[in-house]
Amino acid sequence: MLSGLGFKAEHFESALACAAEGMWFEVHAENYLVAGGPRLHQLEAIRALHPLSLHGVSLSLAGDAPLDTAHLARLSSLARHIEPALVSEHLAWSAWNGIKVPDLLPFPRSDEALRRIVSNIDQMQSALGCRVAIENPSHYLRIDGHAWDEIGFLAELVRRSGCGLLLDVNNVHVSSRNLGFDAFEYLDSFPAESVMEIHLAGHTMDPALGDSLLIDSHDAPIAPEVWALYRHLVERIGTRPTLIERDGNVPAFGELLSECQLATTELRRVSELSGQPS
Amino acid sequence: MSNALAGFQTTFISLLFDPDARSELTTQPAFAVYRNTVMSGCIDALQANFPSVARLVGTDWFRDAAATYVRAQPPHDGRMLMYGATFADFLTAFEPARGLPYLAGVARLDWLWIEAHTAADATAVDSAWLAQLPPEELGALRLQTHPATRWRLFDDLPIYSIWAPNRAGIDNADDIVWQGEGALLTRPVDAVGWKPLDRAGSAFLDACAAGSLLAEAAGAALDACPSVDIATLLSRLLSAGALICPISNKEGLA
Repeated sequence: MLSGLGFKAEHFESALACAAEGMWFEVHAENYLVAGGPRLHQLEAIRALHPLSLHGVSLSLAGDAPLDTAHLARLSSLARHIEPALVSEHLAWSAWNGIKVPDLLPFPRSDEALRRIVSNIDQMQSALGCRVAIENPSHYLRIDGHAWDEIGFLAELVRRSGCGLLLDVNNVHVSSRNLGFDAFEYLDSFPAESVMEIHLAGHTMDPALGDSLLIDSHDAPIAPEVWALYRHLVERIGTRPTLIERDGNVPAFGELLSECQLATTELRRVSELSGQPS
Repeated sequence: MSNALAGFQTTFISLLFDPDARSELTTQPAFAVYRNTVMSGCIDALQANFPSVARLVGTDWFRDAAATYVRAQPPHDGRMLMYGATFADFLTAFEPARGLPYLAGVARLDWLWIEAHTAADATAVDSAWLAQLPPEELGALRLQTHPATRWRLFDDLPIYSIWAPNRAGIDNADDIVWQGEGALLTRPVDAVGWKPLDRAGSAFLDACAAGSLLAEAAGAALDACPSVDIATLLSRLLSAGALICPISNKEGLA
């Protein structure tokens, strides 16, 4: 697996026919947690030709409650059926007292939160029977009560639960600008050996606040600053399966494939530098 | 769960859904990012799930109504594809929709489309299959509705005639007859299809769904409409892919 694309139903034929070396696809698992029908049929067809990654967006690992067992059962059933190459979720919460919101919400990184999330990751990994990758979210807010910085928190999650990590470079860039930290330093201290996958995406500026508030919008090409961070990261940690995410203003498949090829070029370059197979 | 994390999350959720609520978090302009993302994500999902309603009332009206619905009934399922099960009921009681008595019915058919689209797969039986059965077995035959088959009668309003063109993205005809009618949605393989359905057809499908014998389902259709031609009705349902044979699953009766 070199670089892959977030799968869009409108790109089904092109995705199926794509012969790029190392190509793979990722989907938001929630869009496929159905009993049957065309969504599952498309996924089965893609899976027959390419590695597939299931990216969960609503399991709410950081919610202070056990996981929704019905949702987890549906996810496990899809994973058994599709046999994904990777499964991932977020260091965030989105469910509370029965309400589910379509967003990835922040929380104070306390010892209490750490224990809860470890327990939820255990529950997820037991149900799925595999190691899952946990993604660093985008940050917008300053929150009181952090006992851990994000990297220390993620490393401790790995140590206690055996999970892996998904490093979203655009989220690091967006968060570094919104909260005021150095994105290169963040990448340099990220636990490299636990990174199972990398995400790249585009962002936008807040319409009212401009570049003092960046939004992780996934509706634009990947910014030059994010490419620079990515090159820096893979030079340090080596090659990893890298996903190009685009959820809004979705262009033709060929345009996304060109972005994908840029990441593949980086992966090949790093691989040649280190003599490591890509 | 009376601890700091739970308390944080209870507060955060209430701040998200109440645009007038204030706290230390909402003094940061960035809190609006979460409010906007959550609200637009919910409204986008409703607009995707109820395209015929949105087409009839226009985007601005739809999104205003959807925002009211989101605040009253936020999602309870992480699958946004499944959001809006109660949207039709909401529209029935929604004061600004009072002059549009058909709107809730149109929403019900959009919802049946979602149900058909996501239902389990099964192999529909067709007329050729039925024709090869020995006639003496027909009396003991039980046909079931396909897991994706949905149907509904509307007593007073031409909901199907209003819904069907809007679902296909075209304008309503001028000559809609203002009377009750029914709708049948099927998905024998991938694409959801639809047809008008009369009382006899609805009674036949109700009987099949209840596990009746073919002869009993035909009787139910005749009770609903004594003049119905059962052969035509059955052929229409079979060609739509509305029926399965649960015992044989197309291999002939066990």
